[in-house]
Amino acid sequence: MANHHDDHHHGHHHDHDHSELSETELRVRALETILTQKGYVDPAALDVLIETYETKVGPRNGAQVVAKAWTDPAYRERLLADGSAAIAELDYVGRQGEHIVVVENTPSRHNMVVCTLCSCYPWPVLGLPPVWYKSAPYRSRAVKDPRGVLHDFGFELSPDIEIRVWDSTAEIRYLVLPMRPPGTDGWSAERLADLVTRDSMIGTGFPKQPHEVA
Amino acid sequence: MDGAHDMGGAAGFGPVCPEANEPVFHAEWERRAFAVTLAMAKPGGWNIDMSRFAREDRPPADYLSRSYYQIWLVGLERLMLERDLLRPGEIEAGKALQQPAPISGPLAAVDVDAMLRRGGPTEREATTPARFKIGDRVRMKDIHPATHTRLPQYVRGHVGVVELLHGCHVFPDTNAMGQGEQPHWLYTVTFDGKDLWPDAADQRSRVSVDAWEPYLEPADAA
Repeated sequence: MANHHDDHHHGHHHDHDHSELSETELRVRALETILTQKGYVDPAALDVLIETYETKVGPRNGAQVVAKAWTDPAYRERLLADGSAAIAELDYVGRQGEHIVVVENTPSRHNMVVCTLCSCYPWPVLGLPPVWYKSAPYRSRAVKDPRGVLHDFGFELSPDIEIRVWDSTAEIRYLVLPMRPPGTDGWSAERLADLVTRDSMIGTGFPKQPHEVA
Repeated sequence: MDGAHDMGGAAGFGPVCPEANEPVFHAEWERRAFAVTLAMAKPGGWNIDMSRFAREDRPPADYLSRSYYQIWLVGLERLMLERDLLRPGEIEAGKALQQPAPISGPLAAVDVDAMLRRGGPTEREATTPARFKIGDRVRMKDIHPATHTRLPQYVRGHVGVVELLHGCHVFPDTNAMGQGEQPHWLYTVTFDGKDLWPDAADQRSRVSVDAWEPYLEPADAA
């Protein structure tokens, strides 16, 4: 389903970046230099931190969790009973995933996750949040007009379906377990994982349909 | 505090604009600002609630005019200035102007993975029984703390139902101010969207927040 709001970029907060970019860049460089000179940070550790979240920890992890839940009923039960423990079985653990609760979509209920106060997000399974998740439009509207937010993503949800919004105001992190797409009987977990999008695990989207993957 | 960061229900910000194939970072400075922030927490000696307060405690126009990692950056600078880890003028000079303060030593590259895997669990052993149980109707207190809180304005004064009980967790309101963890029972409290937004277009939504016991009172006590 195509996003039909690609032309609406007014108000996007990146507009603010350009005028201050060089000053910000200089400040960050100066800060890292000072902290390195003082022995507070080791630049090599910074490189490892960046590499971890650019290449190792991301929504592929969450997709593995979802696909396993779709193919293994006992795992699904464990996942819904104790999200962090079941996710740790796949070795996705740690920072910003210490207390994960998994919430399941059903034919009558669609879940959506937000953090209205900052940017809380389940890092071990989804990586770092996208800009829109941290933006004022999403943080302000998800709790008041979640159906309108889905519309911004190009989706219309039947009025019969309840939207359940989880505002992550504490250290509990929420992961949406989307519904398995029809037409995937007999698929392996590995194949199913390719259908699981990041947004389907936040609740601003849905898994891909079988015809969308080769 | 009732700051610009507390955005739930605010109007006028326009549509959500997802970016196709979005990169994890949009500039090299974002990478470094992110990593420096994570690496400094332990030697700096602050906690996540102090970090959040340092970011959000600023005039609304300031908060709203900065990009996400710019807010992280000014929050980090403030935390370090408050502890004399950074001195005024050093960033402008681009170099250290004073001797380093004694700290525990920097995060080493070989320790990054273990640090991330360890994370920062916030659940603590309960020392008192929970005041509320699942299914109880509770009212969110209509309070307006001048300092850090995780009770969003849009639910204050509203009645919801306890849906989940998460155990006792570090209390951000005190932890952010250096007054200790003071763990309290943490609940997921769920509200009918129609109660929160009587004239909103959406008539079939429910919204929850996670709320510590001091934010709650019995619904019939008000």
